[in-house]
Amino acid sequence: MSAYDGLPGDWQLVVGLEVHVELATQTKLFSASPNRFGDEPNTNIDPVTLGLPGALPVLNEQAVELAMRVGAALNCTIQPCTFHRKNYFYPDMPKAFQISQYDQPLNIDGYLDLPNGVRVGVERAHMEEDAGKSTHIGGAGGRSHGATASLIDLNRAGVPLVEIVSRPDIHSADDARAYVNELRAILLAIGASDAKMEEGSMRVDANVSVHKPGTPLGTRCEIKNVNSVRSVGRAIEYEARRQIDLIESGDTVRQQTRHWDEGDGRTHTLRTKEDADDYRYFLEPDLVPLAPSAEWIARVVAALPMLPAARRTRLAEATGQPADSDAVTSVVERGQDDYVLAVAAGGGNAARALVYVKEAFADSPAVPAADLAGLTLLEVGGALTATQAKAVLAELVANGGGDAAAIAAAKGFEAMDTFALEGFVDEAIAADPDAWAKFCAGDGKAMGALVGLVMKASRGKADGKLVAQLLNQKKG
Amino acid sequence: MSERISAAVVAKVARLARLDVTPDEIDRMTSQLDGMLGHFADVDALDLSDVIPMTQPFPLVNVFRADIVRPCLDRDEVLAAAPAAEAACFRVPPTGGES
Amino acid sequence: MSADSNDPGTPTASAVAAAVRAGTTTAALVVEQHLAAIAARESEIHAFNLVLAEQARDHAAQIDAAVAAGNDPGPLAGVTIALKDNMCTRGVPTTCSSKILDGWKPPYNATVVDVLRDAGAIIVGKTNLDEFAMGSSTENSAFGPTRNPHDTSRVPGGSSGGSAAAVAAGFAQVALGSDTGGSIRQPAALCGVVGVKPTYGYVSRYGLIAFASSLDQIGPFTSSVEDAALMLDVIGGHDPMDSTSIPQPHPSLTEAIQHGVEGLRVGRITDLPEGADPDVQERLEAAFDALRAAGATIVDVQVPAFTFGLTAYYLIAPAEASSNLARYDGVRYGMRVEAADTNAMYGATRAAGFGDEVKRRIMLGTYALSAGYYDAYYGKALKVRRLIHDDFERAYQHADVLLTPTSPTVAFKFGDKGDNPFAMYLCDTYTIPTNLAGHPAMSVPFGTGAEGLPVGVQILAGTLQEPVMFRAAAALEREANK
Repeated sequence: MSAYDGLPGDWQLVVGLEVHVELATQTKLFSASPNRFGDEPNTNIDPVTLGLPGALPVLNEQAVELAMRVGAALNCTIQPCTFHRKNYFYPDMPKAFQISQYDQPLNIDGYLDLPNGVRVGVERAHMEEDAGKSTHIGGAGGRSHGATASLIDLNRAGVPLVEIVSRPDIHSADDARAYVNELRAILLAIGASDAKMEEGSMRVDANVSVHKPGTPLGTRCEIKNVNSVRSVGRAIEYEARRQIDLIESGDTVRQQTRHWDEGDGRTHTLRTKEDADDYRYFLEPDLVPLAPSAEWIARVVAALPMLPAARRTRLAEATGQPADSDAVTSVVERGQDDYVLAVAAGGGNAARALVYVKEAFADSPAVPAADLAGLTLLEVGGALTATQAKAVLAELVANGGGDAAAIAAAKGFEAMDTFALEGFVDEAIAADPDAWAKFCAGDGKAMGALVGLVMKASRGKADGKLVAQLLNQKKG
Repeated sequence: MSERISAAVVAKVARLARLDVTPDEIDRMTSQLDGMLGHFADVDALDLSDVIPMTQPFPLVNVFRADIVRPCLDRDEVLAAAPAAEAACFRVPPTGGES
Repeated sequence: MSADSNDPGTPTASAVAAAVRAGTTTAALVVEQHLAAIAARESEIHAFNLVLAEQARDHAAQIDAAVAAGNDPGPLAGVTIALKDNMCTRGVPTTCSSKILDGWKPPYNATVVDVLRDAGAIIVGKTNLDEFAMGSSTENSAFGPTRNPHDTSRVPGGSSGGSAAAVAAGFAQVALGSDTGGSIRQPAALCGVVGVKPTYGYVSRYGLIAFASSLDQIGPFTSSVEDAALMLDVIGGHDPMDSTSIPQPHPSLTEAIQHGVEGLRVGRITDLPEGADPDVQERLEAAFDALRAAGATIVDVQVPAFTFGLTAYYLIAPAEASSNLARYDGVRYGMRVEAADTNAMYGATRAAGFGDEVKRRIMLGTYALSAGYYDAYYGKALKVRRLIHDDFERAYQHADVLLTPTSPTVAFKFGDKGDNPFAMYLCDTYTIPTNLAGHPAMSVPFGTGAEGLPVGVQILAGTLQEPVMFRAAAALEREANK
C-alpha cells in the first residue's frame, strides 16, 4: 500500500471513488424523450420524466446493453438484477423517488488496473436514472445559500446513469486521478459514454479517510462537486490534510458529506439535516426483473474492443518501452497506438516511431505509415543523425507525407554509409597514433581528438555517436 | 397509552413524509396507528421463516423498450399547469442549504 | 331510466352499438337520453365530479357522421361511459377527488381512454371517488360524497362509488373504475350492478393515477355480464407503455359467456372469515343453489391465509401509496402552499391538500417502510402475500371458481363507520385477498337483502381464468333474472 508522499508522518490515505456516468443512448432510461445535453430547458419531457400522475416506466434496452458493456470492461460479474425505489424529496427529483438498484445490481465484483499496476476493485456498477437540474437564483455565485428561488429544468431527469463504486483501494491523489482518467478512457473505448466531466456526463464523488498503518480505518467523508480530474486530486489532498489536522489537534472526524469549492480550494459542510435521509428502499413494483441471457452477456463480452491497458501492453511489447512510460501512455490515450504498430508492420522501427508520434502529432498522425517507416529505418540504419531525422520529420508533417530519403537528400543530409564512416575512422587513427594509443589505454578524453578528425574529414556529416561506437569496437 | 408506536416516532414519520401535523393530529394519529398495528399483530403467530416474499402478481421478466425518440410533451402546456414558472423552468422557493 | 340487471328492458352496450352502427338510432340520441337522466338525478346522487355534456355531444356528432359516411365507428359506437376521476383525460380536469389536484388537466390520455375513444365510446363525465381511491364509501372525497341511487341516505360503496352509481342510476351505459382492494367489486355490490377486477396486468395501468402499484387494476361497471365481457374484450390487452401489462392476447369473453356451467366446480371456502350479515349469507347460499341447479358441482375448499388479507393489504398498499403520492409536492402541478423553502412548502402543501384518510395511509405506509421497521411490517406483509397466493393456487386445484359474499353488508348509512378507520377497512374483508394474489374476481347482483337493498355475490378465479369466471357469472345472472 503506497503512502501518499505529501502526507505528514506515517499517515495513510484511503480513497474510494463513486463515479456516475451518463450513458450514450438516444433516449432516457424509462421513457422515450431525447437524451441530449444543452437543449432548451424542459423540452425533453414526457409524463414519465415529469413524474406526472399515472405515468409508468419502461426500461430502455440499449441502456442495458451499454451498462453491461461497462460491467464487462471492468471485469465484473453480470447477473440477474432488480430495480428499487430510493425515496427522498428534492425539487429536481420529479417522482420524489429515484429508480435505482439496491441489493441486486447488474454488475458486481470487478476491477480496474491503473497504468502503474495498482488494481482498484470495483464493488458494483449499477443502473439508475438521473435527476433534473436546479439553478439557484438571487443568491451569490449561483450557490443555494442565500438564493431567493430555484429554477428546475427536467431535461436531464431520467437520463440513464451507471454508478460505478470502487473499493477503497486508492491511496494517493495521483492514483485517484489515474483511476478517473483510465475509467474515462475505457468508457470512450467501449462507446458507453462521452464521459465529459465539464458537461456532467461523468461525475466523481470521493470518499476520503486517513489512518495510520496497523490501526482501524478512519471515519470517511464524502466529497461532492468535484468537476474536473484536477479537482479530484486537489480535493482529496485538501480533505486528507483537513482530517489529519483535526485528529492531531485532538478532535474527531465526523462522518458527513462535504462540498468541494474549487474557488477557495476547500471542502465545506452542507447544512446538516436533522435526520439523515431514510430512503425506505423497496422493490419497484412498476418494473419487472432484468435477467440478461447468457448469450447476450457473451455477445457483449466478445464485442469489447481492446481496452487501454491491453493496448499499452501491446505497444510496450512492440516498442520495448515500459507500459507506464509517458510515451506509451500518452500515445495510447491519444489513440495513436494503432498507427505506431502500422509503421512497424510496414517494416519501420517501432521504438523510433513511438518517439516521433508522441512529439509530432497531437492526435491523428497525418503522415502515411509507410512514409514514417522509411524515416525510422534511415535513422536506425545510421544514415541520419537524430537531429537530421527530426528535420525530415518536420517536413513530412508539413507536407502530409513524402519520401524520407529524398527529403534528406534535398536537405543535403547525405546518406553516410557505415563503410565510408569506418574509412574516416581508420584514417583518423592513422593520423593521430598518439591519441589512439591514449584512448586504447583508457583515456576517454583522447577520443575527442579522434572524433574531431573524423568530423573534419567528413565535413560534419558523421554521426558522433556512431563514431564513438566504432572507436570502441576497434579498441576491443 | 400506545404500546406499538410512540408520538415521537409519529412525528418523525410525518417529517419523513413531508406532512405538517399539529400536536393534536400527532396524538390522534398515534392512537389510530397504534390501534391498527394492534390488529396487524394477527400475523405474528405465523411461521414465515421459509416463505419467499411475493412482490410481483404476474411473473414477467425482461420487458424492454427500443431506444427510439418519440414526440415530447408541449412545454407551454406543461408549464401552464405549474404552480410557478420562470424562464421556461419550474420555479420553487430556495432549497435551503443542500446543493 | 335506471339500469338494473334484473330489468330486461335495459339495452346492452352491444345492442346500443349495433343500433348506432346500423343507423337505427343515433349516438346523439343515446347521449341525450343519458344527459337527461343525469339532469334528472345528478344533483341528488352526485356521481360526477365533472359532466362532459359538450364534449359528449361533439363526439356523438362525430360518430354519427362516421356512420353516415359508411365508416366503422368501432365496437362501442355510441356507448356512453363514465370514467373514474383517477384516469387521465387530456385537457380535462382529473382530480382523484382531492384538493391537491383540483383543476389539474393532464397533458396526456390514459391508454384505456384512447382505446375507448378509438372504439367509439362516448365519455359523459368523470366520476367521484374516495380521495386517491382510498376508501370504501366515497365519503372520503374532497368534493362531497356520492349517494346510492337505491337509497340516497346510504353510501354507494367505494372507492369507485361515483362510477357504480352512474351505471345504477342510468347516467351512463357503462363505467370504468379501479380496484386495489375491492374498489370496483364492493360498490358494484352495494349499487346492484356488475363490477369486475381482472387479472393483474390484464388492462393497462398507464394513465391510471396510482394508489398501490402492485394491486391496482382498471375494470368495468355494467348492468349486465354481457356488457362486462364486451368491455374487457375492448380494454384488455398488452400495452407497451405498462411494463406490468401481460404480453399475450386474451381470449374473447363475449364468446366464453355463451357456454354454461355444466361440470364446473364451484368452491365454497369453509374457513372464510366470519362477519357477513345474515341477509348477505342467505343470498350467497341461494347463489350456490342456483349454480348447482345450472349443472355445477359445489366443493369445499380451504384458503387458510385468507383471513390475513386485511393485515397484509393495509401494510403493502399504504407503503406503495406513500411512495406514489410523494410526487404531490406542489412543484410541477396541482396545489401549492407557498413557503420560505421547499421543505416547508412540501409540508404545508401536503397538509392542506390531502384529506385525513390519505394522510393516515401515507403515515402508515411510510412507517412500514422505514429503517428498522421494514422487516417487521412491509417485509413480513410480502411473505403473508405469498401465503395467500399459494393457498388460493392450492384451492384452484380442486375448484374452477370460488364463491363468497362481495361485501359483508348491504349499503350502510353515511357516517355509519364513525371515527374508526378499521371499521371501514372491514368492508373489504372478502375482496382484498384477490388483489394480493393478482387473481381476477367480479361481483354479480343476486337479489336483495335488508331494506330491499342490492346484494352482490363475488366470483373468484385463478390467474387469467376470466373465461370460466364469466361463465359462472352469466349463469348466476340468468338464475337471478328468472
